[in-house]
This record gives sequence, C-alpha cells and structure tokens, in this order.
Amino acid sequence: MLSLADVHTYYGKSHILHGVSLEVAAGEVVGLLGRNGVGKSTTLKSVMGLTRPARGRVTFEGRDITGMAPHQLARLGIAWVPEDRRIFRLLSVLENLRTGLDRAGVDDARRQALLDKVYRAFPVLRERQYQAGGTLSGGEQQMLAIARAMMLEPKIILLDEPTEGLMPRMVSQIRDIIGLLNREGVAILLVEQNVPLTLEVSRRIYFMEKGVVRHQALAADLRADHAVIHQYLGV
Amino acid sequence: MGIQLEQIVIQTVNGLVNGMVLALVASGLTLIFGIMDVVNFAHGDLVMLGGFVGATTMAATGNFWVALLVAAVTVAVVGAALQVTTLRPLLGRDPLTTILATFGVSLVLQKYALWQWGPSARQLAEPITGRFDLFYLQYPWYRVATALFAGAIIGALWLFLKRGTYGIWIRATTQDRIMAAAMGIPVPWVHTTVFAIGAAMAAASGVLFGPLGGVTQTMGADFTLRAFIVVVVGGMGNLGGSILASIFISLLEAYASLFVSPAQAVIVSFVVLILTLLFRPTGLFVPTPK
Repeated sequence: MLSLADVHTYYGKSHILHGVSLEVAAGEVVGLLGRNGVGKSTTLKSVMGLTRPARGRVTFEGRDITGMAPHQLARLGIAWVPEDRRIFRLLSVLENLRTGLDRAGVDDARRQALLDKVYRAFPVLRERQYQAGGTLSGGEQQMLAIARAMMLEPKIILLDEPTEGLMPRMVSQIRDIIGLLNREGVAILLVEQNVPLTLEVSRRIYFMEKGVVRHQALAADLRADHAVIHQYLGV
Repeated sequence: MGIQLEQIVIQTVNGLVNGMVLALVASGLTLIFGIMDVVNFAHGDLVMLGGFVGATTMAATGNFWVALLVAAVTVAVVGAALQVTTLRPLLGRDPLTTILATFGVSLVLQKYALWQWGPSARQLAEPITGRFDLFYLQYPWYRVATALFAGAIIGALWLFLKRGTYGIWIRATTQDRIMAAAMGIPVPWVHTTVFAIGAAMAAASGVLFGPLGGVTQTMGADFTLRAFIVVVVGGMGNLGGSILASIFISLLEAYASLFVSPAQAVIVSFVVLILTLLFRPTGLFVPTPK
C-alpha cells in the first residue's frame, strides 16, 4: 500500500536519507528500528510531505505521492503522530480532535461515533475535552496525538516513538490502541526505541543504519533470535 | 493653567475612539503576523486603498454603508491576490524577504493611488450627522458610532476565531503550521483567507476614518507605524494584547495632548514602545511566561 523506493532526503546540505526503500502492506504493522539519528523520523517526514525527497519515489495505493502537500496526503488517508506530539497547546482537547474531524463528508452520526471511539480508548480525553491541550500531562498529550490522528480515519498511521518518556501503565495503553487500530485494518509504520513492544505489535521489522534500510525480518523470527537485534541496535 | 475634569473626560472619549479605529487596523496586522510570520508593511496602504475605494463608491452611490462594504470586499480581494502572488512563494524564507516584498507592495499601492486619485485629500461625508453636548463641545455622534462599529467588527472576528471550523483552522495554523497541514488543514488557503480578512478590516478602518481625518495617498505610512507599535507593545501575534495596547496608547496620546501639541503627543507611543522593548519585550498585555 505504501512504498518508498530509493528515497534520498536532505536537511539543508546534510544528506540524511541515502536511498531508503521499504514497504507497508494494507493493515500491516511494520516496525522501523535503529539507533538515534539514523533517519527514522526523517523517513516518516519524507512520506508525510514535510521534507521533500531529493531523489526516489514514495507511492501510496499505487499513486506517486512524492512531493505532494501534507494536507493533501492527510486527505488521502495518511496520518502522522510526531515524536514531540505537537499538540495544539492553546486549543482545547476537543478542538484538537476537530482539526482532523471537521472535513467534508463526515456527518454528525459519524463524528459522534469517531469521538466515542477515542473517548472509549482514552477516557481521560473525554474528562478533559474542554481543557487546553497544553495543560495535559505528557502521557495524556501522547494519547491526544494518537486520538487526533484517528479522527482522519487514516489507512495508515506514521507513529513516531509513541512510548517515549511514558510510565509503564501508559505504555500498555499505547500497546492496546495499536492493537485496536490493527484489528480495524489500519496499517501502522512504527518508529520506536522500545524493542520488546515493537516486536510484540509488529508483523515485520526494518532495521536502519546511517540513512538506509540494512535488513528486514519477521518480528516472530526476531523474538526467537536476538542476534540480529544485537547487531543493529547493540542491545 | 490647571487641567479641568471636563477636558479629561473629553480626551478619554477621543482616546477611546482613536483607539478603536487603531485596534481595527492592528488586529488585522497581528493576525497576519501570528499566522505567517509576515510583518505587513503595506497594511497602512490597504487602509488608504480602502479609504479611496470607499470615497469613490460613496461619490457614485451616495451611501456610506454601501461604500464601507464595497471597500472591504474589494480590498479583501486585492489582499488575497497580493498574498498569493507575493507572499505565498516566500513562505518559510528569511523574514527579510517578506519585509522587502510588503515594502514594495506598499510603494506600488501608494503610486497607484497617486495615479488613480491624485495627490489631494478626499473627505468622506459623515453618515451620522448628529451632535450631542459634551460639556462645552458639540461632540459628533459619528465618532462614537465609529468606535462602536470598530468594536463590533473586532467582536465578530473574535467570535469567528473562537467558534466554528474555520476559527479552529486559523488558530491551529497559527500555533503549528506543519502539524495543521498534517491534519489535513489546507494551510495555503488559510493563509490567503487570513490575509484577506486582515485587508478587509484595514479597508473598513480607512472608510470609517475617512470622515474624521480624510483620505490621502500618503496616509498609509502613519497607520502602518502606529499599528506596528501597538502590535509590538501588545505582544506580536496576540489579538487581545493588540486591542488593549491600541486603546492604552491612544488614551495616553489623548491625555498627553492636554499638555503638549497633538503632534508632540505622538512621542508618547514611541516612549511606550521603547520601554516595552527594554523591559518586557514579549509584550505588555501578555501573561508572564512561566
């Protein structure tokens, strides 16, 4: 469904991605692992149209989306949950959700159903729906960032380090929501530092090193044999 | 020579009226700065353009309110066109490029006005001609109406921003342009719309101000400068702060002109600007950052 072919991306003059190629099938959860600074977040941004690839192609559902504007990609069904969450701090929780919900073709019944779904998954967001996003705790902001992406009813979510800095109880809530989204048929491209969680929720894993994908494996195989993990992550 | 209570009351009313017209100009300027980091040096010239379009329309129709509406709509369209052609391509570049671009637009608008309407001032007739007694003065109702009308437009803008989808889009884009785009908000369209709204408010100020001070081809620079001072004092991009600062500075100038000539009273606003930049550079009317 989503595929990157030989994507090269620069930030100014520094060459970050040196030809990344990977694929995510419809409804598949794919993990993207690697040490800090190897270009995992840049890979997600290159898909989302936030950094324009200098070379290579990004295709989504058979269509070339390289260089398309982010708001058009969001309408096509690609959602991005950034590492730093980027909650609209001065907007209320409900208004944060409405940034993705107020779009053409969503009737009142469907709006309510979508809101109910995220409020069921994250009850704390219902309690705080009229509170400013900036007043939420780090974990609550992460939930809001995921809930906000869900408002777009995406076909794929680009999920960047959702468990970073969270308490264990919150981590297990994130795990649950990834499972729920997966059961609904949403594909996820997951960047994580939490290796056990990534192995648990993903079907396949890509390993990145210095701006390229070096290796891919089934998560099930990696769970049984840690040698590859050790080789690429040193853990 | 002592200052009498009557004079203070009169200057308070004057300060509030001037402050509301200035607030109308400054809210557009601060809205535009907040959402696209563009300091629009042509903002005062949009006031001027609105004044001339209003004067021309009024000459043709004889109706002030029609003139106000036509000026606002015309300048909104001009503003949208300017944004798309000169500012959109510069988004995300060095702020200096947008300063130069809007400065260039300012010159073009001034020269266009000179060519089209000539160097002499146009005075618009007051749509409300009544007077009321304010101590020893016959105070025009129109001035009071101007303040109320400006307040109503600002209030409408506030409601527009607080309620409804477009308000959410504008506030979200103001806070985080990139995340807003990733949420499917058409950011380029939001930018153009906000510029058009700001331009329409500037044009409305120009028409409202027409009967008070007249419309001249060079009036823009003064409006840009005053609105810019107010926006800095109120906290860049902060709508409420700009409105409070407009009223605050206009009142100070009005009181100062009790002691010195009105031309010298303008110095007060520069003093406030300098003090603000020295001691509270984030703006006078914003909460202290934690």
